[in-house]
Amino acid sequence: MVGQDTDRRLLEAIEDGLPLVSRPYGVLGKALGIGENEVRARLARLQADGTISRFGVVVRHHELGYRANCMVVWDIPDERVDEAGRRLAALPFVTLCYRRPRRPPTWPYNLFCMIHGRDRGEVETQVADAAQACGLTDVPRAQLFSTRRFKQRGASYREAG
Amino acid sequence: MELTNLDKSILNGFQRDFPLCSQPYAEIADRLGVDEADVIAALARLRELGVVSRLGAVVRPHRMGWSTLAAIAVPPERLEEVAALVSSYPEVNHNYARDHQVNLWFVVAACDEESVAKVLHQIAERSGLEVLDLPLEEAFCLDLGFRLKW
Repeated sequence: MVGQDTDRRLLEAIEDGLPLVSRPYGVLGKALGIGENEVRARLARLQADGTISRFGVVVRHHELGYRANCMVVWDIPDERVDEAGRRLAALPFVTLCYRRPRRPPTWPYNLFCMIHGRDRGEVETQVADAAQACGLTDVPRAQLFSTRRFKQRGASYREAG
Repeated sequence: MELTNLDKSILNGFQRDFPLCSQPYAEIADRLGVDEADVIAALARLRELGVVSRLGAVVRPHRMGWSTLAAIAVPPERLEEVAALVSSYPEVNHNYARDHQVNLWFVVAACDEESVAKVLHQIAERSGLEVLDLPLEEAFCLDLGFRLKW
């Protein structure tokens, strides 16, 4: 967990994006009262220790023609969920794969993955392929395609107020 | 929207491991055989077009604060109203309608678990609807970017 220190201030400072100037790390450092080299070293360490899972261009799939965005959810018996999660995550078209709690009776599903495709048909084929490849054809699942996007931006962990 | 070859190289080549050298745009330019100013201009344009939401860090869930995926089964005639209520919270960063009985899906992120719980509680109270709280329990793959095909 990142504490209330320089790392946290640095991560908060880049939530809005790296400045598009020749020496962006210097600009960030100036705002934080540290040097450019320290900013670079901290970002390298935060990636090495896994706090930052990736550092780079964050694209919006929809604007690039990936119009079908589907959350596929599965109700997998607890003793099979780890293996299923690992196998699904290894498929090239699965971008995220998370285990989350069930909330019966409203919500029976415990494994979630995201698939982006050019159209609904492409995604439906991929979901069927995924079920086949991971031995999940017998498991209840649902496909939740997005129909409207009300809000999309990066997360902010800044303290309110 | 027409993407140039430079745009495509930037989009596919730099979703992760962005250069940490002093002049990262110059480094990218070097690798792609163009000028630093071309890279900066291309990124500014891609951001303006909405193709790039930002250039930055994707933080591993729960390392820096708390976040959860939340969902509501909204009666169809109330979807606009409840979606607007949900989007009005600065802590909400994604908010989508999906084709299921549980039809409104959003992500809430804040500095700690208590702040997230407060937002969920307020949304439930103000909408009069049950809010499902579905925090991540285990990640089998993290956001490592996406191989775009043109």
